Amino acid sequence: MTKEQVRQAILDILTEIAPDEDIHSISDDGNLRDQIDLDSMDFLDIVMELRKRFNIEVPEKDYEFLATMSSCVNYLFPLLGDRKLAS
Amino acid sequence: MARDWLKGAKQKYDTVIIGSGLGGMTSANLLAKLGHNVLLAEHHYNLGGMATWFKRKGGHVLDISLHGFPIGMIKTFRKYWSKDMADRVIQLKNIRFDNPQFTVNTTFDRVDFTNLLENHFGIMREVIDEFFNTVREMNFYDEIKLSTRDLFERFFPGRKDVWRFLMEPITYANGSTLDDPALTYGIVFSNFMSKGVFTYQGGTDELIKEMKREMESNGVDIRTHCLVDKIYVEGGKVKGVRINGRDIECSTVLSNANVTTTIQHLVGEENFSPEFVEEVKNVRLNTSSCQVYMGIKRGEKIDYDGDLLFSSVADEYDTDKILSKDVSSRTFSFYHPFIRPGGNRYSIVSSTNARYEDWANLSESAYLKEKEDLIETTLDALEKYVPDIRKVADYFEAATPATFKRYTLHPKGTSFGTKFEGLKVSRELPNQITGLFHTGSVGIIMSGWLGAANYGVIVSNEVDKLLRSVKAEASMAASSA
Ligand SMILES: Cc1cc2nc3c(=O)[nH]c(=O)nc-3n(C[C@H](O)[C@H](O)[C@H](O)COP(=O)(O)OP(=O)(O)OC[C@H]3O[C@@H](n4cnc5c(N)ncnc54)[C@H](O)[C@@H]3O)c2cc1C
Repeated sequence: MTKEQVRQAILDILTEIAPDEDIHSISDDGNLRDQIDLDSMDFLDIVMELRKRFNIEVPEKDYEFLATMSSCVNYLFPLLGDRKLAS
Repeated sequence: MARDWLKGAKQKYDTVIIGSGLGGMTSANLLAKLGHNVLLAEHHYNLGGMATWFKRKGGHVLDISLHGFPIGMIKTFRKYWSKDMADRVIQLKNIRFDNPQFTVNTTFDRVDFTNLLENHFGIMREVIDEFFNTVREMNFYDEIKLSTRDLFERFFPGRKDVWRFLMEPITYANGSTLDDPALTYGIVFSNFMSKGVFTYQGGTDELIKEMKREMESNGVDIRTHCLVDKIYVEGGKVKGVRINGRDIECSTVLSNANVTTTIQHLVGEENFSPEFVEEVKNVRLNTSSCQVYMGIKRGEKIDYDGDLLFSSVADEYDTDKILSKDVSSRTFSFYHPFIRPGGNRYSIVSSTNARYEDWANLSESAYLKEKEDLIETTLDALEKYVPDIRKVADYFEAATPATFKRYTLHPKGTSFGTKFEGLKVSRELPNQITGLFHTGSVGIIMSGWLGAANYGVIVSNEVDKLLRSVKAEASMAASSA
């Protein structure tokens, strides 16, 4: 996956978790929590989706990396970089 | 011969869920959606646990715990159940208080509470805002030494009327008192204050029917009349369960039974570390409830437009009085026809917090007499608001802590799990025994419909994590063999 594809994968997950929010207005460096009104249950859903879709385990100590879009991409890229896009 | 309620069940499941409360069912549904093989075992003939209802002759349908929940339930339904269920959530707009200190009508949200605190109770705006911000920012990781009493003392010293306004509904909602940690108050109160009180259009019966349908379509093997009386543990790991005398294998068990029952009776203390066993002994159960159900005759109506009424004749808020069998405070839920559209029926349910000890040791005749008295005194109290209640209602029934115990098997009929310390014990289970999990009403903050359902999700995340690693190991072993 390229960085852009990783970003898209995160957007796909967010679209499922928060269908009423304007996902495309998300800026890279603002807090996700504030931009699209995510609560702690939503972050848990992101963790579960990452496990389901990509078999990635995000340990609790790394939850902080899910705070903004760019920190998400930077955190997940090394983990997803060698993956092919799911067909 | 007795019917075999496990007929056709498999010998082995990924996970067995013990109990179909909102915690257990939400977990069952989510884990099945995540691709696991799930057995849901419920001892009662109905699913739902405390989220239940009953039907009586004359077309009466009576709800037990549908008095109201916070708006967060919409999201919980949408994400872990279905959009249809989320769309059924509607607001209850007329919440009333009537007691010797004040009589007010509110939508039970921050805007309206701020307005009432300022204009009715004469509190300064800055203090109100500061109070709301403080409680909203409380979270699970906070210092728990501050009690709710300390919190009120800090913001509203000496203002017992304000304390009552802020506390009485929460005591009804989860059994907590002024002595419980402020953060348990803050989290639950803020959940309600965000937008008000909500309910499920269609009633509890429709809700549980939908949940059952949803679980079936996701492949959960649902079994009622199935009592789990043993969780097998070997070498520190879960091996299986015994249901109605039959052994079923599984690598994970998620118990929705009471957390102390799970440890002390289903698994057995000998399987835990001695320190943990001691810790469990110190977990305090929450209190239980009494309810009086009143079914209104077909064709009759009630001319009271409140949805929820916190009514009391006690001079001030007092936990002992609230729990006393000599009842002075009651919450009345008025179920208007809009709850079950098309039926044009009304019902009223009165709820009070209660102690198991007051009801458990009565002779059968004394118990029946006390129940009769409870109904009569409730009707007397309700006449203030619905003067012709004895004329328009034709069905009356009472439930006591003993009733709640019988149906849900909760020790002492506890309505809301345990006090705060129970949550730590619940979280610790998988560290004590691999594959053992608990979910459901616990620690005050994880109780109520929203708390129990969301806790089901939180724990399912951990079950899923473990199951995936177990499955990955198994497939590695298979491919190397
Ligand atoms: C009178 C009353 C009014 C309430 N009102 C409200 C309200 O208005 N709003 C709100 O949000 N909340 C309310 N609540 C609280 C809410 O109903 C509960 O917190 C919530 O439903 C509990 O869900 P739970 O997952 O803990 O499971 P529970 O409902 O406690 O269910 C546990 C289930 O496990 C089953 N079980 C236990 N042991 C076994 C076993 N060994 N084998 C098989 N099955 C077993 C039981 O039969 C039961 O079905 C009320 C509670 C009461 C009692």
